Amino acid sequence: MNLEQQFQDKIDQEIKIEPRDWMPEEYRQMNIRQIAQHAHSEIVGMLPEGNWITRAPSLRRKVALLAKVQDEGGHGLYLYSAAETLGASRDDLIELLHQGKAKYSSIFNYPALTWADIGAIGWLVDGAAIMNQVSLTRTSYGPYARAMVRICKEESFHQRQGYEILLTLCRGSQDQIDMAQDSLNRWWWPALMMFGPSDGESTHTEKSMNWKLKRKKNDELRQHFIDVTVPQAEFLGLKVPDPLLKWNEEREHYDFGPIDWEEFRQVVAGNGPCNKKRLQDRIQAHEEGAWVRDAAMAHAEKRSKRKEDALTNRVA
Amino acid sequence: MKKEWPLWEVFIRSKNGLSHKHAGSLHAADAEMAIENARDVYTRRNEGVSLWVVESRHITASNPAESESLFDPAMDKVYRHPTFYELPDEVTHI
Amino acid sequence: MDRKDAIVKYALQMGDHALVTGQRLSEWCGHGPVLEQDIAITNIALDHVGQTRSWYQFAAELEGKGRTEDDLAYMRTEPEYRNVLLLEQPNTDWAHTIVRQFLYDVFNYYLHENLAHSPEEGIAAIARKSLKEITYHLRYSSEWMIRLGDGTELSRQKMQTALDNLWMFSGELTQMTPLEEFLATLGIAPDLAAIKPLYDEKVDEIIGEATLKKPGTTFMQSGGKLGRHTEYMGFILAEMQSLQRQLPGLKW
Repeated sequence: MNLEQQFQDKIDQEIKIEPRDWMPEEYRQMNIRQIAQHAHSEIVGMLPEGNWITRAPSLRRKVALLAKVQDEGGHGLYLYSAAETLGASRDDLIELLHQGKAKYSSIFNYPALTWADIGAIGWLVDGAAIMNQVSLTRTSYGPYARAMVRICKEESFHQRQGYEILLTLCRGSQDQIDMAQDSLNRWWWPALMMFGPSDGESTHTEKSMNWKLKRKKNDELRQHFIDVTVPQAEFLGLKVPDPLLKWNEEREHYDFGPIDWEEFRQVVAGNGPCNKKRLQDRIQAHEEGAWVRDAAMAHAEKRSKRKEDALTNRVA
Repeated sequence: MKKEWPLWEVFIRSKNGLSHKHAGSLHAADAEMAIENARDVYTRRNEGVSLWVVESRHITASNPAESESLFDPAMDKVYRHPTFYELPDEVTHI
Repeated sequence: MDRKDAIVKYALQMGDHALVTGQRLSEWCGHGPVLEQDIAITNIALDHVGQTRSWYQFAAELEGKGRTEDDLAYMRTEPEYRNVLLLEQPNTDWAHTIVRQFLYDVFNYYLHENLAHSPEEGIAAIARKSLKEITYHLRYSSEWMIRLGDGTELSRQKMQTALDNLWMFSGELTQMTPLEEFLATLGIAPDLAAIKPLYDEKVDEIIGEATLKKPGTTFMQSGGKLGRHTEYMGFILAEMQSLQRQLPGLKW
């Protein structure tokens, strides 16, 4: 058996691939790309919600949101670490993001306009992300799978806190209910787009599935998401903004209306309401942090040199 | 000057009595910072009572290409396991 | 001034310090100089908001007028807030943030060390719990003072500028207000004159190790603890309280 066959054999037997194991170069690259894209999404994803931390309407909400956005930073970190085991440096990956050469989840190019959006992001965006992430806990690359296990464990409170925010609004005043409905209207379709284009149109799907980089198809995950989410919307008393949405007794799934993929493509291409702002924020934070990172390194080097000098002097 | 902070591996003892277990990695300029970052990144939910950090470049790993010669020979050494030895049922506490 | 009233006011002041610090630090979330520090500074912000809640809950209960922690945070105006001026100063950059936190953490550490032995058990309990967090805050900001003061030439300049800019707000920490004097005579809160030498010694030590120069100016600004704030305070509250002011009296 050649190396490639042995590799595929391992994957077929559900044996994880570990960092120093032989792997096809394309597998390595596909993993780096997917993990980095995932990491960037976590980091860019801190921004729309982060913009509400200072305005959270109660202290309890403030600590929950802070902890949640911080978790996303942590998740980005776990994922960059997983990519680093494949020989990619975090700096290089971030550089690609800042140059606009790496993708992140397009959902974060939509604005968080009201407090209800913080609820909707937790409920729908995190909810959609969790669908995908749970399936990725079984991905074939060991460090990626382990990062996903950790992330899924931590994510479970995110979706609940989002839903709880909306539940409070929906049991509140008319102003609050309107705020919640408006937010569902704006986030529903972008959330469905998070699963990506239909598998027929997605180029990487086949190889990703064979190598178990991806465990479930986009359409399958999307359907599952709709099926579990619609009853949750009903419980809130909110109306899902899709006139064609209907339970299909025969399929035992919801039928839903067509997704506007043209909008999706436009937002991915940079024409969403916040693409420029999100990247600017990331670039600014990185550039303004440069002197801090350099100084910390310079200080560490000075200190270890002083230690060495002290030892040399003692010997002399 | 463009220099990324070195990478560190983080090990956590989840409670006294258990050994430290690899939790993940992070970047830090020095060892003190690595401990603090590890605390902030990996023990936000009471995951640990003790931390080890070690710069990743100091770890020597076995080579997967040699894993057959390193690890397979242990597979047929059944005499290292207690079940290899047959004793009559009457003998207890052994 | 009666005893209970004084304790309520003091708990509010303590909560105000913590809330304004937490609010400022939380502005960093998502914008830190490196991912690990983004997470670290947010942890500290969380500690402060958590302490805020303890103080406000304690104050609200003791006051007994049915106000909640959120009424105290969201429905009080600028002059009712009694935090020191230092804490409302903007983040500006990592240097200003570190210097501001350091100048505060040193004071906060000695203050809590003392309050942990207050005969007023409500105060002592919060102080004991907070002290663990504050001990870490001080360790964190001290290390960053040294790292950046004794890092590169650029970082030393930035730290010196921040220290020069913020220094005049550090004096208020150890200046006594009538409220604090009253509580000190009852033995409930410390005489800040006793904390001042400890404060000065620790600040000098770290500034020295950071190879920074202690600013020569001795004139100190004050007023925050009496409700007279800098221009920044109005914006902090306008932002923080916006929803509660827009749609008051609702559950969130």
